[in-house]
This record gives sequence, C-alpha cells and structure tokens, in this order.
Amino acid sequence: MMNLGMAMITADRLVRLAPVDLVIVVFYFVLVLAIGFYLKGRSNTGEDFFLAGREMTAWIAGLSFLSANLGALELMGWAAASYQYGILAAHWYWIGAIPAMLFLGLVMMPFYYISRTHSVPGYLKLRFGEASRALSAICFAFMTVLMSGINMYAMALVMKVVLGWDINFSIWVSSITVAVYVTLGGLRSAIFNEVLQFILIWAGALVIPVMGLIEAGGWKALQLKVAQNASVEYTHLWSTLGSFKDNPMGIHWTGIVFGLGFVISFAYWTTDFLVVQRVLAAKDLRAAKMAPIIGAAFKMFVPFIVILPGLLGLAVLPMKLTGEAAAVASGGHSYNEVLPLMLARYCGPGLLGLGITALIAGFMSGMAGNVSAFSTVWTYDIYKALIKKTAADAHYVLMGRWSTFVGVLISILTAYLVMQFLSIMDYVQALFSFFVAPLFGTVILGMLWKRATAAGGFWGLLAGTVSSVGMWAWVKVDPTALRYVALSSDAKDMAENMYRGLWSWILCVVVTVAVSMVTKPKPESELVGLVYGATEIPSEAEVPLYQKPVFWAVIVTIVFIALNIIFW
Amino acid sequence: MRSDGTISIWFFIGVSLLVNGVLIFLAGLYQLSHPPAVKVVLYDLHASVWWGAILLIIGLIYCIRYNPNRA
Repeated sequence: MMNLGMAMITADRLVRLAPVDLVIVVFYFVLVLAIGFYLKGRSNTGEDFFLAGREMTAWIAGLSFLSANLGALELMGWAAASYQYGILAAHWYWIGAIPAMLFLGLVMMPFYYISRTHSVPGYLKLRFGEASRALSAICFAFMTVLMSGINMYAMALVMKVVLGWDINFSIWVSSITVAVYVTLGGLRSAIFNEVLQFILIWAGALVIPVMGLIEAGGWKALQLKVAQNASVEYTHLWSTLGSFKDNPMGIHWTGIVFGLGFVISFAYWTTDFLVVQRVLAAKDLRAAKMAPIIGAAFKMFVPFIVILPGLLGLAVLPMKLTGEAAAVASGGHSYNEVLPLMLARYCGPGLLGLGITALIAGFMSGMAGNVSAFSTVWTYDIYKALIKKTAADAHYVLMGRWSTFVGVLISILTAYLVMQFLSIMDYVQALFSFFVAPLFGTVILGMLWKRATAAGGFWGLLAGTVSSVGMWAWVKVDPTALRYVALSSDAKDMAENMYRGLWSWILCVVVTVAVSMVTKPKPESELVGLVYGATEIPSEAEVPLYQKPVFWAVIVTIVFIALNIIFW
Repeated sequence: MRSDGTISIWFFIGVSLLVNGVLIFLAGLYQLSHPPAVKVVLYDLHASVWWGAILLIIGLIYCIRYNPNRA
C-alpha cells in the first residue's frame, strides 16, 4: 500500500510525508485489519454479529458511542465551522449534545434495554407496529449510506489536500478496509476499532491545540487575535445570540436552545441507531445507563481538539480561508482545510503521521458506525421484517455480512454524489432534520405516553418527515420562504436546519397526539417493558452513590453549566 | 473483556500507543541530530520528542497491564 500511496502523490499538496509517517499510517491499517481477523471467530450468532454479544463494559460502550460520532463531520466539518462561525460551533458539543446524552442514559436507555430490541426501528415495531418500523428503517437505511458517503468524501478530500493522494485511491482503500473488518467481526469489531480510533484521535489531534495555544500566547491573547482578524463575536458563546444579525451564524438563541438543544440534539443522540446501537451492546442495564454519561463526559472536551484549532486558525494562519467555491476560483484554501493546515503547521515527521492517522481513524470510525448500523437495520428491520420472515440465525448473520459489504459499495457511490455539494456540514444538518427530528417525536411519545397508538405513531412520523422535506424544498424553490421557515430572512443555512427540525418535530407530536386521541390504544399489558408507567425499572438502591449513573450525570451537568458560563 | 481468555481491547490500544510512541520519539531524536532545512512552527519545542515519550510510556503501561499472558 505504501508504494501505491507514493505513486498516487502529486505535486499539489500541503505536506510531504516522511517514511516514518507512512509507517505509522500503514501500521494503523494493519492493526485494524488484525483486530477484524482476530474477532472473526467471535461473531457466529446474530447476537454476536449485530450486538457484540451484549457484553461490553460501560467504558467500552461509552467510548464507542462517542467515537462512532467522531467521523468526518466532527473533525473536518466542525473545525471548518469554528473558523467560519467562531465558538458558536461549540454549541453542537455542549447544549447540542450533553443534555440529550444524559437524558438517553437516565430516561430512555431502560426502555431500549429492557425491551431487548436489536434496533431503534425494532423498538418502534414493539411499540407502534410494523408500519412505523418500516418507515423509520427505510429512512434510516437511506440516511446512513448518505452519511457514510459524506465520511468517505471528507476523508478523500483531506488526503488530496494534505498529501496529494488521488481522491479515488483514498475512497477505495479506506472503504475496503472498513468493509473487511466489519464484515469479519461485526459490531464487536466495529466497537473495538472505534475505541482504538478514539484514543488515536486524541493522541494525534491534541498536539494542535497545545502548540496553537503556546504560539497564540494563551486564551486571552487568542481572543484578541481573533477579534483583530475576524470579530469579537467569534469568541462568545451566548452573548451575541439576542439577534439574528449580531452573530456570524445568523441564528437566534431560540434556535440554539429549542431547535438544536432540544429537537435536533435529542433526536440524534437518543434515536439515531448509529450511536444507540453501541449502547445496546452493553453487558447490563447499569452499563447501558452509564455508557452515554461516560460519552457525555468526554464529549464536553472534544471542542478542545476540534473547535479550538478552528479558532487558532483564525488567529495564527497567515492566509484567509474562504468557502469552497471561492477557494477553487482563487486557488486558495477553503474552511474545510483548516485542520490539515494547522496539522502541517506544527507537526514534523512522526507527529504528522500520527495526525494523519487520527484523521483517517476518525473517518473510518464514522464510516464503520454507519455501515454496521445499516447492516443491522437492513437485516432485522427490512429483510427479516418484509422479505424473509423465517430463516435460521446463521442465514441472517450471512445476510448481515453481505449487507455490510453492499452498504460500503452504496456508500462509495454516494461519496461520488456528495462531491457535487459545496457544503458538507449544511447538507448533513439538512439530513438530520428530514428524518431524525420527527423520529424523536414518535419515540419519546411512545416511551412516555401510554395513550399513543400505532396509527398515531405512524401518521405522526410520516407527517413530520414529509413536512421537513417539504420545507426544505420550499426554501430551495423560493429563497424568500426562509423568513417563514427560519423566522428571519437573515438566517443562515444552519439556522434554517434548526428551525426546520423544530417545526417537523412539533408537527409530528401534534399529529401523533391528534390521531392517538381518535384511535384505540394498546392494552397496558402489551406496553410492559416499552412505556413509562407500565414498566418496572430495576432499583439501584443497593449500589454505592459513586456507582450510580445519576451521580455522574449530576457531575457532568455541573461541568457543562460551568463551561457555558466561562465562555458566555 | 478478557474474563473468557480473549485479548483485551486495551492491550491493542497499548500496542498502538507503544509502537507509535517509539516511532515518533525516534523521529524526534533524529530531527535533533539532523535539523531539517524547512522547520515547522515552534520547532524548538521538539514536540515529537516529548509527545512520543508520553505515548511510549502510556502504551508500555497498557501493554503490561493488559498483557494476555499475564495471570
């Protein structure tokens, strides 16, 4: 691979890898494949392949839960967003993640875990019936392959910009590697590699903020430099959100609190099967409740390796970064290149290889997360539910392996489609609001309201999804509609996505409640293990305080509040 | 994760950190003795040396602690 990689190098690149860097990158590929081959013999049953035998500790499930989300979006996209929008991008890590992750652990996990479902669509089947499962499974499968394609595109872009590697070479090498280790070892292999990737991401990426803060002269000096090069608003988290016009993102605090902090965040972290699947693999209920809380504790500090490099780029980079189109036209660098540019600025041979490995690891963990979740939903919620209802367990495991491989191939095709879009981030946010925001309305009503009926769940989910796509199409056809959808004609794309998610969630809830009130509910005996009030949650009274999930959730909440005040 | 005799994920992580730490540390030492013509920003801090050493030590601890041959 090294020779092939060398052969792909062109003159147009940010850095030149030394032999030691290539050894580090190749060693990473060898190790992840070795883990896949090592775990091949431990994925023979459906429970093993799709749920890693349900034997993960809270730490492994928690780190995997977070790592599956640390894909291209996180590393490249949010560093770019912080250069473009300033510290406002940190909202997606704090209010846009922490409350939802804690809610998942403390409130929702018992229902997912006790119901013994294989997936989130599987929970909908138990709670609302086959129609809701089919709708959410098909939407989810569609979304995951698109997300996977985005991951691949972002990774290939990094390789092209940083190393001059051919974009096709990067896509095929990384995707085939992921296909091999997930196909061989199933979810266990994906989780093992995600924990490894999580550690490597920190080991490789932490150098940038440390060196950057030394160069900038500390946080206060960084704020001054950012104010000189961009604007003073770029380093304030909340104080500029009183008006759409006062901040670089063009968003109001209501959009951040209700659109992002409540709907989009809760929708993603509590119902997106990509992340929830990792927690379902926990060995017991306490581990399943602790895993999202451990994930939240680490999530709070990810801005240090993602948001801070973007701000440092504003402060110390000698050139001005621009949007993708302007960069192509001028021959300059785009926002999306800020992280590789910072990497090249501080990292010599060895460290550069580790930094590149961190980026590759991030992309591959995101891709593996999508592919393993797609494989499970395809096999259990589409193939088994709609195509072949009765077959031996081994047949479904084989289907899981094949669907992993096919999912990767579809993702590769998607990656080539994604190249047509100029903004990676906004595209992904739009996808979230299409499918995930209404799904959260359906799941949360299903878990907390016994009166919600099968018809209510299905029509609410359908109405929310269709309305979200409709609002998106409306603004595309008539840009002046932005003032209705996002409450202001000054709103930027991200603000529009927040509000679209909020409206589609509200519509989903309203339709679900309305239809439920005029249709017949399930008897309470059929809701045991699925709904609050009909399910007995195991007591933790005998567990010491420091082992209780709620204790650690309180600690995380205190730190979360402190961070928001410090960077107000 | 190794109650059934299998290799712990933490051992794999230890191996990864140890190998990367050794390579980065040695690359840093080589740069000390053969300074490059084009230097990175803050080259004088020799980040490769201390960062490689940190990874090496952490990796070694994990390799020993989670060694599959350890009783």
